[in-house]
Amino acid sequence: MSSAAAAGTPVDGLPATGTIVLSLVLAAWSLYATARNRPPDRNHLVGLALLELAVLGLAVVALVALGGGDRPGEPGAFFGYLVTLVCLPPLAAVLARMEPTRWGSAIVTVVCLVLPVVVVRLQQTWQITGG
Amino acid sequence: MADRSGGPAATTDRPERTTSSGPGRLLVAVYLLFAIAATCRAGLQIITRFDEAPVAYLLSALAAVIYIVATVGLARGGTGGRRTAWFCCTVELVGVLAVGLTSVLDPALFPDDTVWSGFGSGYGYVPLVLPVLGLIWLARTRRDAPADPH
Repeated sequence: MSSAAAAGTPVDGLPATGTIVLSLVLAAWSLYATARNRPPDRNHLVGLALLELAVLGLAVVALVALGGGDRPGEPGAFFGYLVTLVCLPPLAAVLARMEPTRWGSAIVTVVCLVLPVVVVRLQQTWQITGG
Repeated sequence: MADRSGGPAATTDRPERTTSSGPGRLLVAVYLLFAIAATCRAGLQIITRFDEAPVAYLLSALAAVIYIVATVGLARGGTGGRRTAWFCCTVELVGVLAVGLTSVLDPALFPDDTVWSGFGSGYGYVPLVLPVLGLIWLARTRRDAPADPH
């Protein structure tokens, strides 16, 4: 991410970077659990809850910017990604609880790897107009 | 060693394994993510700019429907669910190969990308791998498949 991009979109900077880092840390942690043949435990669910808070923070930042008159480049795609983003951590938590095996940890890993991609797409759909 | 011609007695004493738990649940999760991604993408493309690339966008919609049906098939399991999942994974594999090849050979046909363009390169080639994993998983959970060593 260039500094120009950081200045240009409200979904850049610390909220986005923090969310991405948190998600990747959780992905690595769950991957470790998968490798050790462990199901996701309570701590992983706490991690997903923290991730959800970070994502909601990002959503609030975006909505405040919208309230301030800023508009994303591709509003439809932007809101699609935003809704998906907010749904991802709960989805991982529900599926992880349904699968109390190493595969539950694998599900958390996959979702936590997808989430940063969605954050980046969120930034791109704010910036880019057309294609 | 499973005996496929062992008659009903040989097949009924080993119940068909479920497709939706263990690694299968991970597969269902990834299919679910793709169902969401493809549906959103196709929906937006068709609503906002259908005229630009109708073939590509209709294909996106078809891919979305197939991901949804495959997700449901894998999650439900049973004879019907398995058959549905088999069908969807096969269509997916053929689709991603055909569209991938076409998008490389004749890019003009797809002015805008679909989930399957470039063999799914826009999605980390997961669309190419996913139907293969689905078919492997369905084969491994067959009633007459060799017992899973785990």
